Amino acid sequence: MKEMIMILIGASIINNVVLSQFMGICAFLGTSKQLKNSVGMGLAVVFVMTFATLVTYPVYILLDKIDATYLKTVAFILVIALFVQLAEMAIKRFIPPLYKALGVYLPLITTNCAVLGAAITNVDRQYTLAKSLVNSVGTGLGFTLALVLFAGVRYRLESSDIPETFKGVPATLVAAAIVSLSFMGFAGIV
Amino acid sequence: MNDKRPLSYELTKGIIKENPVFVTLLGMCPTLAVTTLAKNGIGMGLATTFVLVCSNIVISLLKRVIPDSVRLPSFIVIIAGFVTLIEFLMKGYLPELYDSLGIFLSLITVNCIILGRAEVFASKNNVLRSALDGLGMGLGFTLALFLMGAVREIIGSGCFWGIKIGDLSAKPMLIFIMPAGGFFTLGIIIAVINKIANRKPPAEISCEGCPSAALCKKSTAEKASCNTEEAAKI
Repeated sequence: MKEMIMILIGASIINNVVLSQFMGICAFLGTSKQLKNSVGMGLAVVFVMTFATLVTYPVYILLDKIDATYLKTVAFILVIALFVQLAEMAIKRFIPPLYKALGVYLPLITTNCAVLGAAITNVDRQYTLAKSLVNSVGTGLGFTLALVLFAGVRYRLESSDIPETFKGVPATLVAAAIVSLSFMGFAGIV
Repeated sequence: MNDKRPLSYELTKGIIKENPVFVTLLGMCPTLAVTTLAKNGIGMGLATTFVLVCSNIVISLLKRVIPDSVRLPSFIVIIAGFVTLIEFLMKGYLPELYDSLGIFLSLITVNCIILGRAEVFASKNNVLRSALDGLGMGLGFTLALFLMGAVREIIGSGCFWGIKIGDLSAKPMLIFIMPAGGFFTLGIIIAVINKIANRKPPAEISCEGCPSAALCKKSTAEKASCNTEEAAKI
Protein backbone atom coordinates (compact mmCIF):
# COMPACT_ATOMS: atom_id res chain seq x y z
CA MET A 1 0.00 0.00 0.00
CA LYS A 2 2.77 2.39 0.98
CA GLU A 3 4.50 1.70 -2.32
CA MET A 4 1.31 2.39 -4.27
CA ILE A 5 0.91 5.79 -2.64
CA MET A 6 4.55 6.56 -3.38
CA ILE A 7 4.03 5.68 -7.05
CA LEU A 8 0.88 7.80 -7.19
CA ILE A 9 2.53 10.87 -5.67
CA GLY A 10 5.70 10.33 -7.67
CA ALA A 11 3.85 10.08 -10.98
CA SER A 12 1.44 12.95 -10.40
CA ILE A 13 3.54 15.58 -8.63
CA ILE A 14 7.25 14.86 -8.36
CA ASN A 15 7.87 13.57 -11.88
CA ASN A 16 5.01 15.53 -13.37
CA VAL A 17 4.47 14.26 -16.88
CA VAL A 18 4.26 17.69 -18.51
CA LEU A 19 6.44 19.92 -16.40
CA SER A 20 9.37 17.64 -15.71
CA GLN A 21 9.19 14.89 -18.32
CA PHE A 22 8.00 16.95 -21.29
CA MET A 23 5.34 14.63 -22.62
CA GLY A 24 2.12 15.94 -24.08
CA ILE A 25 3.41 19.49 -24.52
CA CYS A 26 1.25 20.12 -27.60
CA ALA A 27 -1.94 19.31 -25.71
CA PHE A 28 -0.68 21.22 -22.70
CA LEU A 29 -0.11 24.43 -24.69
CA GLY A 30 -3.07 23.91 -27.01
CA THR A 31 -5.88 23.30 -24.54
CA SER A 32 -4.85 25.33 -21.53
CA LYS A 33 -6.39 28.55 -22.82
CA GLN A 34 -9.65 28.04 -20.97
CA LEU A 35 -10.22 26.38 -17.63
CA LYS A 36 -13.22 24.44 -18.92
CA ASN A 37 -11.31 22.91 -21.83
CA SER A 38 -8.34 22.05 -19.66
CA VAL A 39 -10.49 20.08 -17.20
CA GLY A 40 -12.17 18.18 -20.07
CA MET A 41 -8.87 17.38 -21.74
CA GLY A 42 -7.30 16.32 -18.45
CA LEU A 43 -10.13 13.94 -17.57
CA ALA A 44 -10.11 12.47 -21.07
CA VAL A 45 -6.38 11.78 -20.69
CA VAL A 46 -6.92 10.07 -17.30
CA PHE A 47 -9.63 7.92 -18.89
CA VAL A 48 -7.61 6.91 -21.96
CA MET A 49 -4.39 6.38 -20.02
CA THR A 50 -6.03 4.05 -17.49
CA PHE A 51 -7.75 1.92 -20.10
CA ALA A 52 -4.72 1.98 -22.42
CA THR A 53 -2.74 0.43 -19.57
CA LEU A 54 -5.40 -2.25 -19.16
CA VAL A 55 -5.16 -3.18 -22.85
CA THR A 56 -1.40 -2.83 -23.34
CA TYR A 57 -0.52 -4.95 -20.30
CA PRO A 58 -1.82 -8.26 -21.76
CA VAL A 59 -0.37 -7.31 -25.16
CA TYR A 60 3.07 -7.00 -23.62
CA ILE A 61 2.75 -10.38 -21.87
CA LEU A 62 1.81 -11.89 -25.22
CA LEU A 63 4.79 -10.25 -26.97
CA ASP A 64 7.07 -11.46 -24.17
CA LYS A 65 5.87 -15.02 -24.68
CA ILE A 66 6.70 -15.06 -28.38
CA ASP A 67 9.97 -13.23 -27.67
CA ALA A 68 9.07 -10.16 -29.68
CA THR A 69 9.14 -7.34 -27.13
CA TYR A 70 10.94 -5.17 -29.67
CA LEU A 71 7.58 -4.80 -31.40
CA LYS A 72 6.11 -3.04 -28.38
CA THR A 73 6.09 0.45 -29.94
CA VAL A 74 4.17 -0.74 -33.01
CA ALA A 75 1.81 -2.95 -31.01
CA PHE A 76 1.08 -0.36 -28.31
CA ILE A 77 0.29 2.51 -30.67
CA LEU A 78 -2.03 0.28 -32.69
CA VAL A 79 -3.85 -0.99 -29.62
CA ILE A 80 -4.18 2.52 -28.21
CA ALA A 81 -5.49 3.92 -31.50
CA LEU A 82 -7.97 1.06 -31.76
CA PHE A 83 -9.10 1.51 -28.17
CA VAL A 84 -9.63 5.26 -28.56
CA GLN A 85 -11.68 4.71 -31.70
CA LEU A 86 -13.87 2.07 -30.04
CA ALA A 87 -14.22 4.07 -26.84
CA GLU A 88 -15.36 7.09 -28.82
CA MET A 89 -18.04 5.06 -30.62
CA ALA A 90 -19.20 3.33 -27.45
CA ILE A 91 -19.43 6.52 -25.42
CA LYS A 92 -21.26 8.30 -28.21
CA ARG A 93 -23.79 5.48 -28.38
CA PHE A 94 -24.34 4.70 -24.70
CA ILE A 95 -23.33 7.70 -22.56
CA PRO A 96 -24.14 10.85 -24.56
CA PRO A 97 -23.52 13.30 -21.67
CA LEU A 98 -19.99 11.94 -21.20
CA TYR A 99 -19.42 12.17 -24.96
CA LYS A 100 -20.46 15.78 -24.90
CA ALA A 101 -17.95 16.49 -22.14
CA LEU A 102 -14.95 14.43 -23.33
CA GLY A 103 -15.75 13.38 -26.89
CA VAL A 104 -14.03 16.15 -28.77
CA TYR A 105 -10.76 15.52 -26.99
CA LEU A 106 -10.61 11.77 -27.58
CA PRO A 107 -9.26 11.71 -31.18
CA LEU A 108 -6.51 14.16 -30.23
CA ILE A 109 -5.28 11.83 -27.51
CA THR A 110 -4.19 9.02 -29.86
CA THR A 111 -1.18 11.07 -30.88
CA ASN A 112 -0.55 12.43 -27.39
CA CYS A 113 2.87 11.13 -26.45
CA ALA A 114 2.00 11.06 -22.75
CA VAL A 115 -0.31 8.06 -23.29
CA LEU A 116 2.23 5.99 -25.24
CA GLY A 117 4.92 7.24 -22.87
CA ALA A 118 3.04 6.02 -19.79
CA ALA A 119 2.42 2.61 -21.38
CA ILE A 120 6.10 2.19 -22.26
CA THR A 121 7.26 3.45 -18.84
CA ASN A 122 5.07 0.83 -17.16
CA VAL A 123 6.63 -2.07 -19.03
CA ASP A 124 10.16 -0.64 -18.83
CA ARG A 125 9.91 -0.50 -15.04
CA GLN A 126 8.34 -3.97 -15.02
CA TYR A 127 5.40 -2.89 -12.91
CA THR A 128 2.67 -5.36 -12.01
CA LEU A 129 -0.81 -4.67 -13.37
CA ALA A 130 -1.91 -2.94 -10.15
CA LYS A 131 1.20 -0.76 -10.03
CA SER A 132 0.84 0.08 -13.74
CA LEU A 133 -2.72 1.22 -13.16
CA VAL A 134 -1.73 3.38 -10.19
CA ASN A 135 1.12 4.87 -12.21
CA SER A 136 -1.18 5.63 -15.16
CA VAL A 137 -3.87 7.23 -13.00
CA GLY A 138 -1.18 9.26 -11.24
CA THR A 139 0.34 10.39 -14.53
CA GLY A 140 -3.10 11.38 -15.84
CA LEU A 141 -3.92 13.30 -12.68
CA GLY A 142 -0.56 15.05 -12.87
CA PHE A 143 -1.36 16.05 -16.45
CA THR A 144 -4.74 17.43 -15.35
CA LEU A 145 -3.17 19.30 -12.45
CA ALA A 146 -0.55 20.93 -14.70
CA LEU A 147 -3.19 21.85 -17.27
CA VAL A 148 -5.60 23.39 -14.76
CA LEU A 149 -2.86 25.32 -12.95
CA PHE A 150 -1.50 26.62 -16.22
CA ALA A 151 -4.95 27.64 -17.46
CA GLY A 152 -5.12 29.90 -14.40
CA VAL A 153 -1.71 31.38 -15.15
CA ARG A 154 -2.64 32.02 -18.78
CA TYR A 155 -5.82 33.78 -17.76
CA ARG A 156 -3.65 36.38 -16.01
CA LEU A 157 -1.21 36.42 -18.90
CA GLU A 158 -3.94 37.48 -21.33
CA SER A 159 -4.56 40.75 -19.53
CA SER A 160 -0.96 41.65 -18.76
CA ASP A 161 1.27 44.05 -20.62
CA ILE A 162 3.88 41.99 -22.49
CA PRO A 163 6.71 43.33 -24.74
CA GLU A 164 5.76 43.05 -28.40
CA THR A 165 8.31 40.36 -29.33
CA PHE A 166 7.26 38.14 -26.42
CA LYS A 167 3.55 38.22 -27.19
CA GLY A 168 1.90 34.87 -27.79
CA VAL A 169 4.01 31.73 -27.69
CA PRO A 170 7.25 33.07 -26.13
CA ALA A 171 5.42 34.54 -23.13
CA THR A 172 3.45 31.31 -22.69
CA LEU A 173 6.65 29.26 -22.71
CA VAL A 174 8.39 31.52 -20.20
CA ALA A 175 5.31 31.28 -17.96
CA ALA A 176 5.46 27.49 -18.30
CA ALA A 177 9.10 27.66 -17.21
CA ILE A 178 8.08 29.43 -14.00
CA VAL A 179 5.29 26.91 -13.29
CA SER A 180 7.79 24.11 -13.94
CA LEU A 181 10.22 25.79 -11.53
CA SER A 182 7.60 25.64 -8.78
CA PHE A 183 7.22 21.87 -9.33
CA MET A 184 10.96 21.46 -8.82
CA GLY A 185 10.30 22.21 -5.19
CA PHE A 186 8.79 18.74 -4.82
CA ALA A 187 11.97 17.02 -5.97
CA GLY A 188 13.40 14.54 -3.51
CA ILE A 189 10.27 14.10 -1.36
CA VAL A 190 9.94 10.39 -2.08
CA MET B 1 0.16 19.42 -56.59
CA ASN B 2 2.71 22.23 -56.64
CA ASP B 3 4.66 20.65 -59.49
CA LYS B 4 5.80 24.08 -60.59
CA ARG B 5 7.91 24.64 -57.51
CA PRO B 6 11.62 23.93 -58.03
CA LEU B 7 12.85 20.76 -56.30
CA SER B 8 15.40 22.74 -54.31
CA TYR B 9 12.53 24.65 -52.68
CA GLU B 10 11.11 21.45 -51.18
CA LEU B 11 14.48 20.78 -49.60
CA THR B 12 15.23 24.24 -48.24
CA LYS B 13 11.80 25.37 -47.05
CA GLY B 14 11.92 23.17 -43.94
CA ILE B 15 15.26 24.48 -42.77
CA ILE B 16 14.45 28.16 -42.24
CA LYS B 17 11.19 29.35 -43.78
CA GLU B 18 8.93 26.61 -42.42
CA ASN B 19 11.18 25.36 -39.62
CA PRO B 20 9.04 22.79 -37.80
CA VAL B 21 10.03 23.88 -34.29
CA PHE B 22 10.49 27.64 -34.44
CA VAL B 23 7.89 28.53 -37.05
CA THR B 24 5.13 25.92 -37.06
CA LEU B 25 5.72 24.92 -33.40
CA LEU B 26 5.47 21.19 -33.86
CA GLY B 27 7.38 18.43 -32.11
CA MET B 28 7.80 20.37 -28.89
CA CYS B 29 8.19 17.33 -26.60
CA PRO B 30 11.57 16.05 -27.88
CA THR B 31 12.71 19.64 -28.45
CA LEU B 32 12.37 20.35 -24.75
CA ALA B 33 13.23 16.95 -23.34
CA VAL B 34 16.45 15.74 -24.93
CA THR B 35 18.28 19.04 -25.49
CA THR B 36 20.34 19.15 -22.30
CA LEU B 37 23.41 18.46 -24.46
CA ALA B 38 24.13 19.58 -28.02
CA LYS B 39 25.16 16.01 -28.85
CA ASN B 40 21.78 14.60 -27.79
CA GLY B 41 20.02 17.25 -29.86
CA ILE B 42 21.94 16.23 -33.00
CA GLY B 43 21.34 12.52 -32.31
CA MET B 44 17.62 12.96 -31.78
CA GLY B 45 17.38 15.25 -34.82
CA LEU B 46 19.13 12.80 -37.14
CA ALA B 47 17.09 9.84 -35.85
CA THR B 48 13.91 11.79 -36.56
CA THR B 49 15.24 12.80 -40.00
CA PHE B 50 15.85 9.15 -40.84
CA VAL B 51 12.32 8.15 -39.85
CA LEU B 52 10.85 11.18 -41.61
CA VAL B 53 12.60 10.51 -44.95
CA CYS B 54 11.81 6.77 -44.90
CA SER B 55 8.18 7.19 -43.89
CA ASN B 56 7.64 9.99 -46.44
CA ILE B 57 9.04 7.76 -49.22
CA VAL B 58 6.94 4.72 -48.27
CA ILE B 59 3.75 6.70 -47.72
CA SER B 60 4.22 8.53 -51.01
CA LEU B 61 4.64 5.16 -52.78
CA LEU B 62 1.55 3.72 -51.11
CA LYS B 63 -0.65 6.78 -51.40
CA ARG B 64 -2.95 5.17 -53.97
CA VAL B 65 -3.13 1.85 -52.11
CA ILE B 66 -4.11 3.06 -48.66
CA PRO B 67 -7.88 3.66 -48.34
CA ASP B 68 -8.71 7.14 -47.16
CA SER B 69 -10.71 6.04 -44.11
CA VAL B 70 -7.85 4.12 -42.48
CA ARG B 71 -4.99 6.35 -43.59
CA LEU B 72 -4.01 7.70 -40.17
CA PRO B 73 -3.61 4.26 -38.52
CA SER B 74 -1.72 3.06 -41.61
CA PHE B 75 0.65 6.04 -41.45
CA ILE B 76 1.23 5.45 -37.74
CA VAL B 77 2.10 1.78 -38.30
CA ILE B 78 4.57 2.66 -41.10
CA ILE B 79 6.19 5.30 -38.89
CA ALA B 80 6.33 2.95 -35.88
CA GLY B 81 8.05 0.34 -38.04
CA PHE B 82 10.87 2.72 -38.96
CA VAL B 83 11.14 3.87 -35.35
CA THR B 84 11.71 0.25 -34.28
CA LEU B 85 14.41 0.00 -36.95
CA ILE B 86 16.27 3.09 -35.75
CA GLU B 87 15.98 1.84 -32.15
CA PHE B 88 17.80 -1.35 -33.15
CA LEU B 89 20.46 0.52 -35.12
CA MET B 90 21.13 2.98 -32.32
CA LYS B 91 21.20 0.27 -29.64
CA GLY B 92 23.78 -1.62 -31.70
CA TYR B 93 26.06 1.18 -32.88
CA LEU B 94 25.54 4.09 -30.45
CA PRO B 95 24.55 2.52 -27.10
CA GLU B 96 25.55 5.66 -25.17
CA LEU B 97 23.22 7.89 -27.16
CA TYR B 98 20.52 5.22 -26.96
CA ASP B 99 20.65 5.37 -23.17
CA SER B 100 20.55 9.16 -22.96
CA LEU B 101 17.63 9.54 -25.38
CA GLY B 102 15.72 6.82 -23.52
CA ILE B 103 11.99 6.71 -23.97
CA PHE B 104 11.97 9.64 -26.38
CA LEU B 105 13.42 7.43 -29.10
CA SER B 106 10.25 5.30 -29.02
CA LEU B 107 8.16 8.44 -28.85
CA ILE B 108 9.38 9.55 -32.30
CA THR B 109 6.33 7.50 -33.37
CA VAL B 110 3.94 10.13 -32.07
CA ASN B 111 6.03 13.14 -33.10
CA CYS B 112 3.48 15.35 -34.85
CA ILE B 113 6.04 16.59 -37.40
CA ILE B 114 6.23 13.13 -38.99
CA LEU B 115 2.51 12.40 -39.05
CA GLY B 116 1.90 15.99 -40.14
CA ARG B 117 4.24 15.74 -43.14
CA ALA B 118 2.73 12.37 -44.07
CA GLU B 119 -0.77 13.81 -44.04
CA VAL B 120 -0.04 17.22 -45.55
CA PHE B 121 2.73 16.41 -48.01
CA ALA B 122 3.70 12.79 -48.68
CA SER B 123 0.17 11.57 -49.28
CA LYS B 124 -0.28 14.16 -52.03
CA ASN B 125 3.12 14.42 -53.75
CA ASN B 126 5.49 12.18 -55.70
CA VAL B 127 8.33 10.17 -54.18
CA LEU B 128 11.23 12.48 -55.01
CA ARG B 129 9.49 15.57 -53.67
CA SER B 130 8.37 13.72 -50.54
CA ALA B 131 11.88 12.48 -49.84
CA LEU B 132 13.33 15.99 -50.26
CA ASP B 133 10.57 17.45 -48.10
CA GLY B 134 11.31 14.89 -45.37
CA LEU B 135 15.04 15.58 -45.56
CA GLY B 136 14.53 19.36 -45.37
CA MET B 137 12.08 19.20 -42.48
CA GLY B 138 14.32 16.72 -40.66
CA LEU B 139 17.37 18.94 -41.08
CA GLY B 140 15.37 21.95 -39.88
CA PHE B 141 14.34 19.97 -36.81
CA THR B 142 17.97 18.89 -36.24
CA LEU B 143 19.14 22.49 -36.53
CA ALA B 144 16.55 23.62 -33.98
CA LEU B 145 17.48 20.85 -31.56
CA PHE B 146 21.18 21.59 -31.97
CA LEU B 147 20.60 25.29 -31.26
CA MET B 148 18.55 24.50 -28.14
CA GLY B 149 21.09 21.90 -26.98
CA ALA B 150 24.06 24.21 -27.56
CA VAL B 151 22.51 27.11 -25.62
CA ARG B 152 21.45 24.89 -22.71
CA GLU B 153 24.76 23.03 -22.57
CA ILE B 154 26.91 26.18 -22.71
CA ILE B 155 24.93 28.09 -20.07
CA GLY B 156 23.77 25.14 -18.00
CA SER B 157 26.95 23.12 -17.68
CA GLY B 158 29.62 25.42 -19.07
CA CYS B 159 30.66 22.95 -21.73
CA PHE B 160 30.26 22.57 -25.46
CA TRP B 161 30.32 19.10 -26.98
CA GLY B 162 31.80 17.92 -23.69
CA ILE B 163 34.70 20.43 -23.75
CA LYS B 164 34.86 22.86 -20.84
CA ILE B 165 34.71 26.54 -21.69
CA GLY B 166 37.01 28.59 -19.45
CA ASP B 167 35.32 30.38 -16.59
CA LEU B 168 31.81 29.33 -17.49
CA SER B 169 32.34 25.76 -16.31
CA ALA B 170 33.31 26.91 -12.81
CA LYS B 171 29.86 28.23 -11.93
CA PRO B 172 27.32 27.04 -14.52
CA MET B 173 23.67 28.07 -14.24
CA LEU B 174 22.32 24.60 -13.52
CA ILE B 175 18.73 25.73 -14.00
CA PHE B 176 19.25 25.69 -17.77
CA ILE B 177 19.72 21.93 -17.94
CA MET B 178 16.70 21.36 -15.69
CA PRO B 179 13.16 21.12 -17.08
CA ALA B 180 12.31 24.76 -16.35
CA GLY B 181 15.34 25.87 -18.40
CA GLY B 182 13.99 24.01 -21.43
CA PHE B 183 10.77 26.02 -21.53
CA PHE B 184 12.69 29.23 -20.84
CA THR B 185 15.30 28.69 -23.55
CA LEU B 186 12.71 27.82 -26.20
CA GLY B 187 10.62 30.88 -25.26
CA ILE B 188 13.62 33.19 -25.52
CA ILE B 189 14.82 31.68 -28.83
CA ILE B 190 11.38 32.10 -30.41
CA ALA B 191 11.20 35.68 -29.14
CA VAL B 192 14.64 36.44 -30.62
CA ILE B 193 13.60 34.92 -33.95
CA ASN B 194 10.44 37.02 -33.90
CA LYS B 195 12.55 40.11 -33.29
CA ILE B 196 15.07 39.35 -36.04
CA ALA B 197 12.52 38.26 -38.62
CA ASN B 198 10.34 41.17 -37.55
CA ARG B 199 7.33 39.00 -38.14
CA LYS B 200 4.08 39.36 -36.32
CA PRO B 201 4.14 36.76 -33.56
CA PRO B 202 1.73 33.87 -34.08
CA ALA B 203 -1.27 34.34 -31.81
CA GLU B 204 -1.21 30.77 -30.53
CA ILE B 205 0.08 27.29 -31.19
CA SER B 206 -0.87 26.72 -34.79
CA CYS B 207 -2.85 23.69 -35.87
CA GLU B 208 -1.41 23.68 -39.37
CA GLY B 209 0.33 20.48 -40.25
CA CYS B 210 -1.08 18.72 -37.21
CA PRO B 211 -2.97 15.62 -38.37
CA SER B 212 -5.70 16.25 -35.87
CA ALA B 213 -6.31 19.76 -37.17
CA ALA B 214 -9.37 18.77 -39.19
CA LEU B 215 -11.02 17.13 -36.19
CA CYS B 216 -9.96 19.98 -33.98
CA LYS B 217 -11.46 22.60 -36.23
CA LYS B 218 -14.66 20.61 -36.60
CA SER B 219 -15.01 20.35 -32.86
CA THR B 220 -14.35 24.03 -32.26
CA ALA B 221 -16.91 24.86 -34.94
CA GLU B 222 -19.39 22.58 -33.18
CA LYS B 223 -18.62 24.23 -29.89
CA ALA B 224 -19.10 27.66 -31.41
CA SER B 225 -22.49 26.65 -32.74
CA CYS B 226 -23.39 25.22 -29.29
CA ASN B 227 -22.43 28.49 -27.69
CA THR B 228 -24.57 30.52 -30.04
CA GLU B 229 -27.50 28.18 -29.38
CA GLU B 230 -27.02 28.59 -25.66
CA ALA B 231 -26.76 32.33 -26.10
CA ALA B 232 -29.96 32.32 -28.13
CA LYS B 233 -31.74 30.47 -25.32
CA ILE B 234 -30.67 33.05 -22.78
